[in-house]
Amino acid sequence: MVIENNNSNEARERKIKFTHYLWALIKEPYVFVAVLFLIILIFAAIFADLIVAYDPLRPNILSARLTPFSESKGMGGVANFHLLGTDALGRDMLTRLIYGARVSVSVGVLAVTIAGTIGTILGLIAGYYGRMTESIIMRTVDGFMAIPSLFIALFVLFVLGGGLLNMILILAFVRWVVFTRLVRGITISLKETSFIEAARAIGASDSRIIFKHILPHLISPLLVLATLEVALLILAEAGLSFLGLGLEPPQPSWGLMVARGREYIREAPWMIILPGLSIFLTTLSLNLVANWLRTITDPVQRWRWLI
Amino acid sequence: MNEQKIILDVKNLSVQFKTLHGLVKAVNDISFDLKKGETLGILGESGSGKSVTVSAILGLLEMPPAEITGNIYFDTINLTKISPKEMQTLRGKRISLIHQDPVSSLNPLLTVGYQLCEMLKVHQPGLSQSDAKKKAIELMEKVKIPSAKERIKSYPFELSGGMCQRILIALAISLEPDILIADEPTTALDVTVQSQIMDLLQELKSYSNMSMILITHDIGLVAENTTETLVMYAGKIFEKGPTEKIISNPNHPYTQGLIDSIPRDQKKGEKLFVIEGSPPVLTKMPKGCPFHTRCKMKKEICVNETPLLKQSNDSRLSACHFS
Amino acid sequence: MKKLFSNFLFRRFIGSLLMLFIVMSIVFIVGRQIGDPARMYLQMVGSEDDVRLVRERMGLEDPIHIQYKRFVRGMITLDFGDTFRFGASHPLMQRPKEHRGEADNLATLPLAADRLPATLFLCAVSIIFSVAVSIPLGMFAAMRPRTLGDKIINVLTLAGVSIVEYWFAFMLIIIFAVTLGWFPTSGYGTFSHVFLPAFALSLRAIGRITQLTRSSLLDELSKPYVRAARGRGIPVYRIAFIHVLRNASIPIVTTIGDETINILTGVIIIESVFAWPGIGALTVDALKLRDLPLIEATIFLLIVMVLLVNFTVDLMYYFLNPRANTTGK
Repeated sequence: MVIENNNSNEARERKIKFTHYLWALIKEPYVFVAVLFLIILIFAAIFADLIVAYDPLRPNILSARLTPFSESKGMGGVANFHLLGTDALGRDMLTRLIYGARVSVSVGVLAVTIAGTIGTILGLIAGYYGRMTESIIMRTVDGFMAIPSLFIALFVLFVLGGGLLNMILILAFVRWVVFTRLVRGITISLKETSFIEAARAIGASDSRIIFKHILPHLISPLLVLATLEVALLILAEAGLSFLGLGLEPPQPSWGLMVARGREYIREAPWMIILPGLSIFLTTLSLNLVANWLRTITDPVQRWRWLI
Repeated sequence: MNEQKIILDVKNLSVQFKTLHGLVKAVNDISFDLKKGETLGILGESGSGKSVTVSAILGLLEMPPAEITGNIYFDTINLTKISPKEMQTLRGKRISLIHQDPVSSLNPLLTVGYQLCEMLKVHQPGLSQSDAKKKAIELMEKVKIPSAKERIKSYPFELSGGMCQRILIALAISLEPDILIADEPTTALDVTVQSQIMDLLQELKSYSNMSMILITHDIGLVAENTTETLVMYAGKIFEKGPTEKIISNPNHPYTQGLIDSIPRDQKKGEKLFVIEGSPPVLTKMPKGCPFHTRCKMKKEICVNETPLLKQSNDSRLSACHFS
Repeated sequence: MKKLFSNFLFRRFIGSLLMLFIVMSIVFIVGRQIGDPARMYLQMVGSEDDVRLVRERMGLEDPIHIQYKRFVRGMITLDFGDTFRFGASHPLMQRPKEHRGEADNLATLPLAADRLPATLFLCAVSIIFSVAVSIPLGMFAAMRPRTLGDKIINVLTLAGVSIVEYWFAFMLIIIFAVTLGWFPTSGYGTFSHVFLPAFALSLRAIGRITQLTRSSLLDELSKPYVRAARGRGIPVYRIAFIHVLRNASIPIVTTIGDETINILTGVIIIESVFAWPGIGALTVDALKLRDLPLIEATIFLLIVMVLLVNFTVDLMYYFLNPRANTTGK
C-alpha cells in the first residue's frame, strides 16, 4: 500500500491499522467465513454470465423438477449435471440462483447507496445548520418513521407497477430516513465538541469543517448501518417479489423463486428451500459482518483484537 | 498507651488479575490494621492499588479474573473465607462504602426516599414501610439535608452533587456500621462543599465511635482528617504511621515528593515541583524497589533488592533502604 | 401532574389523527392520480370504453377535488366506498356488456374490519410469545457474558434476525406439517392452527428483543450505581429485577414496539401463507385483484394499528421515565 505522506510516522501507523484489521478478521473465524461468502457472492453476481453453464430463462420441460445432483439429457446427448437440481420448467437451479444473486445484490447495494447518500447529506445539513432546516427535515423523517416503510413500498409499487428499477428507487425512497437520523445525531454531538469550535475559531469554512472534521467520524457508523440496511433490503425485496410487486417472472429473483416454489412444496421442496437458504445465508453474513464492524470500530472494545 | 480494639486486620493481602497483557499485581502483600474509632487515611495516586484494596475488603471483586491471597479479619470474621451471601449481609450493615461520584452512584430512576427505605428494609426484614419512611427522613436530617420531608420524593438528578453525597452518606450510616470506607468522597465536589462533607463525616463518626478509612490522593484531606496514614504506591505500602509524623517528617522519598508537590508560595514563573516520571506499568514492574526509576536517592541496592516495610523510628514503618 | 398527563394524551392523540389524515391523503393522491385505478383493475385488458365505464361508475371521472371531498367524508364516516369486485376473477368475463363496470355492493371497510380480530389474535399471540421468550433469554445472556450459553444465544438471535419470515414459515410447514404431520398446514380454528404462523412471525422479534435486552442490561450493569448498590449490600436478585431491569426497560420497550410493528407488517405475508383469515391475507388478495378501494381500507386499518402501537409506546415512556415528565417546560 503506497501512502504518500510527509509524516512517515503517520504513514506507518495507518499501514499498521489495515493489516491489523485483517488479522483481527482472521481471529474471528465465523466472520471471516461470512466475508468470504459475501465476496464470492458479489463476484458471482457481477460475473454471472461468465461462470454459468446453463441458461436461466430457457425452459426445458424434459428436465423439469430434477432433484439436486441429478443429470439430464442435454443437446446432442450430452449429460447435463445439475448440482442443485432444476425447477418446474426445467431450468437449472444453480444458474437461476446465481442470477438471483445479481438481482439481490444490485437491489441491496444500489438502493442503500442512493438512500445512504441522500440520507447522509440531509443529515449533515440538518445536524450542522439546525433551526428551521433541521426542523423541516426531521419532521419529514418523523413522518416517514411513523409508518412502516414496507407499507409505503408495498402501496407505491402496487400503484406504479414492479420492475427492478422501480424497486430500487422505492426502497431507497423509504430508507433514506434511517441514515439521516443517524448522521444528524452524530453531527449534533460533534458540533458541540471543542475541536469543531476551535476549527471555526480559526476561520475554517463550513464545508471544510464538514468534510474534514465531521465526515471521518461518520464513516464507521455509516458502514455498519449500510451493511445492516443491505441485509434488510434484500429481505424486503424478497418479500415484495413474493407478493408479485417486484420483478416479473421469468426473471430470476430469490423472492420470486420462493413464491413459485410454493406450489411444488411436496414434490420438489428444493425449489423453495434453496432460494430461501441463499437469502438466509446472505443476510446472516451481512449481519455478522455488521456486528463485527461495530465492535471493531468501537475504541473501547478494539483492544481485544488488535493487541 | 490507649490500647484500642482492632476492628479490621489485613494480613499479607495480595490481589492479582489475569489479563491479556499478563499478570497484574494490583496489591502486593500489604498489611495494616484499623482500630475502633480511628480514622485511617490511605494516600496514593491512581493505580496505587488503594481502590482495589477496598474492593477486596468488601468482596466486590470478580473472582475469576481476580485472585486474592492473604487474610482480612473483620472483628472475628475472616472476610476472605466467607461465602458471597454472608459477605452481602455484612456490606452496608457493618462495613459500608461511599464512592467518588455521588450522582452516578444513585439509581437515576428511583427516588432517594425509595433507595433509603430499600436499604433499611433489605437489612432489617420485617420493618414496615411507614417506619422505614420515618427512619429515612430522620437519616436525611442527620446528614443535614434541608426540607427532608419534601426531598424524600426527589430523584437524584434533581439534587446537587453535595446533596447526593449526603444521601450516600445517609445510606452508608443508616445501619450504624462499624467501619465506613470513603473512597475519594470529595473529589467530584466543589472545595466549599468538600469541607462541609468532611465535617459531616467527622461529626457522624464521633456520634457512634465508628471507624473510618479515608482514601484519597489529596494530602490536605489526609492531614486534616486522619490519625493514621498509609502511603501506597504500585500496590505496596511505602509508609505507615501516625499522620502528623508522616506529613511533618516523611521517611520515604515518595512521601517527601508528594508533600513537595503541593503548590506553596512559589513565585510567578517559578517551576512547580514534580516527581519525575510516571507510575510503573503493573505488568512490567521493575525489580527491586518499585519507585527507584523516579527516586532521587536511588542507589545500586534499590534496583536489586525490594525494601521491606520495617520499623524506622518511633511507631512508624517505611519501605525504603534509607529510612 | 394530572394536567400534564391529559395534556400529553391530548397532544399525542391529535398528532396521531393528523398523521393518519396526511398519510391517507397521500394514499389517495398516489392511488388515483399517479395510477389509474380503473386501468389497474382491468389489468390492461378491455377497451377504452370499458375503462371509461368503470371510471364513471367509480366516480373517477369527477374532478379531483370532488373526489377528495368524497374521500375525506368517507374517511370520517368510516366509509371507504365499495370494493370494485371481490371474489370475481375478471369482470369482463362475468357480466353482460351493459352491466360491466358495476361494483358489487360490498362496503370495503366493514369487510376489512371483519377480518381484524383474526389478525389481532395472531399478532397478540406472537408478541406475547416473543416477549415471554426474549426477556428471560436476554437476562440469562447478560448475567453470563462470554460464556458458552451466551455465545449460543448470540448465534441464535443473529439467525433469527436474518431469517426470511415466509421462507421460514414454509420450512416449518415442510418439517412439521407435511413430514411430521404435527400441525395443520393452514386454516383457522384450534390452537394447533395458530402455532406455526405465530412461531414464524415471532422469530425475528425474538432475535431482536433478546439482543437488545442483553445489550441494554449489560450496559446498565456496568453503571456506577449498580456497583454502589452492591456495595451497600443489596442482594443481586433485587438489583437485577428492580434496579437494572427498570432502567434498561426504555430501550427494551422501544424495541418491543418496533417489533410489534414488524409483526404487523409480516402478518401480511404470513397470513397468506397459512391461509389465516385476517387483514393481511385480505391485503394480498386485494393486491392480486388490483382492487384499490379495498387496499385503501386495509391500509387504513393497518396504519391505525401502527399508530396505536406507537401511541402505547409513548405512553409507556411517560410512565417509565420520570426525567421526561418533570422537565415539562
